Amino acid sequence: MKKLASTLPNMILSLGIITVLSGLLLGVMYTVTKAPIEQSEREMQTAALAEVLPPFDNDPEAEAQSVNVGGQVYEIYPARMDGHSVGVAVKGVTMDGFSGEVVIICGFDNKGTVVNYRVLKQAETPGLGAKMEMWFRDPSGTRSVIGKSPGIQNFSPVKDGGDVDAITAATISSRAFLSVLRGAYEAYRQYAQTQGMYIPAVSDSHTGASTQQPTDCHIGSSVHS
Amino acid sequence: MKKYLRLLYNGIIPANPVFVLLLGMCATLGTTSSALNGLMMGIATAAVLICSNAAISLLKNVIPDKVRIPAYIVIIATFVTVLQLAISAWMPALNASLGIFIPLIVVNCILLGRAEAFAGKNGVIASLIDGLGCGIGFIFALTLLGAVREFLGTGHIFGYEIYSEDYGMLIFVLAPGAFIALGYLIAIVSRLRGLSSNT
Repeated sequence: MKKLASTLPNMILSLGIITVLSGLLLGVMYTVTKAPIEQSEREMQTAALAEVLPPFDNDPEAEAQSVNVGGQVYEIYPARMDGHSVGVAVKGVTMDGFSGEVVIICGFDNKGTVVNYRVLKQAETPGLGAKMEMWFRDPSGTRSVIGKSPGIQNFSPVKDGGDVDAITAATISSRAFLSVLRGAYEAYRQYAQTQGMYIPAVSDSHTGASTQQPTDCHIGSSVHS
Repeated sequence: MKKYLRLLYNGIIPANPVFVLLLGMCATLGTTSSALNGLMMGIATAAVLICSNAAISLLKNVIPDKVRIPAYIVIIATFVTVLQLAISAWMPALNASLGIFIPLIVVNCILLGRAEAFAGKNGVIASLIDGLGCGIGFIFALTLLGAVREFLGTGHIFGYEIYSEDYGMLIFVLAPGAFIALGYLIAIVSRLRGLSSNT
C-alpha cells in the first residue's frame, strides 16, 4: 500500500480516525477498569481502618460522617464492638505539606488517645518528609504519637514548643502531619459531643503552634450552644 | 532471524536509550530513587514502547507525513492512559509507588524517538523487536541507576539492607544524586563500549 499523500482531506481523515479509535479504546478501558479501581481504593481504606482502630465488628465506612473543623472537612469512621463504641478513625487532608496533598487516617480510642495512623497519600520529599509513615511511630525519643493524645500532649514539633520530635530536616512536613492529627482530634471531640460520648480534653496545642487550626471551631456546633 | 537478534541487542547495549542515546532523561532521573521504582518504570515504559511501535508501524501508510507527529503522540498517549488505568485497577500497590510517574511516559523521548526513527519506516515485526530491545535496554538502565542510588543513598538494594541507613548519603535519593550517579554510569558505560569496540 502506498503512503497517503499529505493533502488536507487525507490529514483530517487520518487524524480524525486515529483520535476516534483511541477515544473508543480509552472509553472501553475506562468502563472495564472503573469498578476494580473503586474497589481497590475501598480496600485500601478498609485495610487502613482495620489497622488504625481497636478491634471492631461493625462497618465503620457505612456509618461514616463528615465534621467541619475550621473550614476543613474530616471524615469520621466510628468503630463498635457489640454495639459499644471502641473508638473512632478520622480521615483528614492538608495542603500545608511540602508538595501537594497529605491524607492521613488516624484512629483514636474512647479516651482520645492515638491508636495508630496511616498516611494514605503524600508526595513529600523522599528520604525527608516522606518518612512520616514510619517516623511518628518510632519509639525513640519523643517521635512517636502512638499512645499519646492531643488533649494531653502538645501535638506540635518541639521547635514550635510542642511535645513531638519533628522529622530531621523536614519541619514543614512534620507540621503538616501534626496539624492533621490535631484537626482530626478536634473533629473527634465534636463528633463525641454530638454522640453523647466521653469528651476528651481540649487540645492545648494552639499555644505556639504555627499552623494551628482555630481552636474555637467547635463553638458553632449545635450541641454546644 | 539474525537480523532480529541484532536489532534486539542493538537497543540493549550499543544504542542503549539512556546510557548512549541519552533519551528519556526526565523519567530516568525522576523515578530511579530505588531499584524497584526504576525496574517498574522501565517495565511500564517498555510495555508502552512495544505497543506504540507496533501500532505506528501498522498505521504508517495511512498517516500522511505532515501530521505524523500528532498522530504518533495520540497513539502513544492512548497506550499510556490504558496502562495507567490498568495499573490503578489491578496493581494498586504499584500504583501507589509509581502512580504519578506513569503519565510522564507520554513525554518520554524514547517513544517518539523510536516511532520517528524506526517504526515509521519499518515492518511490524522489526518494530516490535526494536521496541523490545530498547525496552529491555531502558529497564536495564533504570534498574541499574535505581540500584546505585538506593545503595548509596539508603544502604539498601531492592529493599534489602546492605549497610545501615544512617550512613547513607541522602543526596543520592534526591534529584542532585540522580545527575551525579547517571553521569558516572554514562562514563563507565562509554569506557566499556570503547574497550569492546577496540578488540
